[in-house]
Amino acid sequence: MVSPAHFIALSVILFVIGAVGVLVRRNAIVVFMSVELMLNAANLAFVAFARMHGALDGQIIAFFVMVVAAAEVVVGLAILTAIFRARRSASVDDANLMKY
Amino acid sequence: MNHSIVLAGPAAETTRLVAYWILAIASVAAAIGMVLARKAVHCAILLAVVMLSLAVFYAMLGAPFLAFVQVIVYTGAVLMLFLFVLMIVGISAADSIIETIRGQRMWAALSGIAMLVLLSLVIGHAVIGSAAPSSAKFGNANVTSLADLIFTKYLYPFEITSALLIIAAVGAMVLAHRERIGPKPTQRELAGQRVAGGHPAPRPGPGTYAQHNAADMPALLPDGSQSELSVSAVLTFRTAEAPPELPGGTSETGTAGSVAAPPPAERHESGEQ
Repeated sequence: MVSPAHFIALSVILFVIGAVGVLVRRNAIVVFMSVELMLNAANLAFVAFARMHGALDGQIIAFFVMVVAAAEVVVGLAILTAIFRARRSASVDDANLMKY
Repeated sequence: MNHSIVLAGPAAETTRLVAYWILAIASVAAAIGMVLARKAVHCAILLAVVMLSLAVFYAMLGAPFLAFVQVIVYTGAVLMLFLFVLMIVGISAADSIIETIRGQRMWAALSGIAMLVLLSLVIGHAVIGSAAPSSAKFGNANVTSLADLIFTKYLYPFEITSALLIIAAVGAMVLAHRERIGPKPTQRELAGQRVAGGHPAPRPGPGTYAQHNAADMPALLPDGSQSELSVSAVLTFRTAEAPPELPGGTSETGTAGSVAAPPPAERHESGEQ
């Protein structure tokens, strides 16, 4: 019997993997992908809790998360291309202009 | 026929369990692979695997609308956007292995494990009940019930979302816009440059008289030598940048005078004899 707890455990694992990816990876695009993975894991938890409570509010929140994530990706990738055009690099280590 | 009626009974339960375990293992493996893969394109493909399996999970959890939105918006639009940007930023750019901060990987792994332990403890202590009794809201009436909520209880967040989307679109246009520094050359100036440049005729296309007509295959000149003019400078740059990681056929042709050229050249010479 697949209970919501199964899905929540899976979403915990995926969220942690995404967080480690953000910390470890150097390529800004891959960092973005890891952030997407974390958002997706949170969405899975929302949908699982919605199923558990028998109310649709969790699904609505997941829907809004998707909208915000899409907007965030558009702006983030535009910033990335602008940085890449100026510095010829997509590595997060190279953008250290404001480093003390 | 009702969706929830079809998926009832002990056999359906077993099917669900098997599907859950297969997809759970696949998605966790793909997520780990995404963190470990060195090439950004491989990361994108593995992320697509995770997102598609999440879509199936949404369908299992009684969210058919979100399952389709996941496939269409995330896998279809967001991931394609990632791939487009990868094309611009350089598809062959692999991540460097050198650590800039000493011990960064170790500390990242440690904090990941700590986070996993913390979250597992918190969620393990929480009481997560079993699924609520199945209703039409999680089956056939899912879309209409969601629409009911969005246009009543969540109307203002929904309206604000439209503002967010417009701002995002305008922001992307502003950020990706490039100022033209010089005036745009007219057709007359372009024609003048072409005549003055010593190449009034069109340049040779890639693959002319060569073994095959791929875009990175240089054309052969009448004496059997390769014409570097026929291949786009971008392709030459990319193949020269990362030769060992590309499959044999592509890396050979980027540098002029290599394996691809000799056979036709020999044939040409024997024809002359």
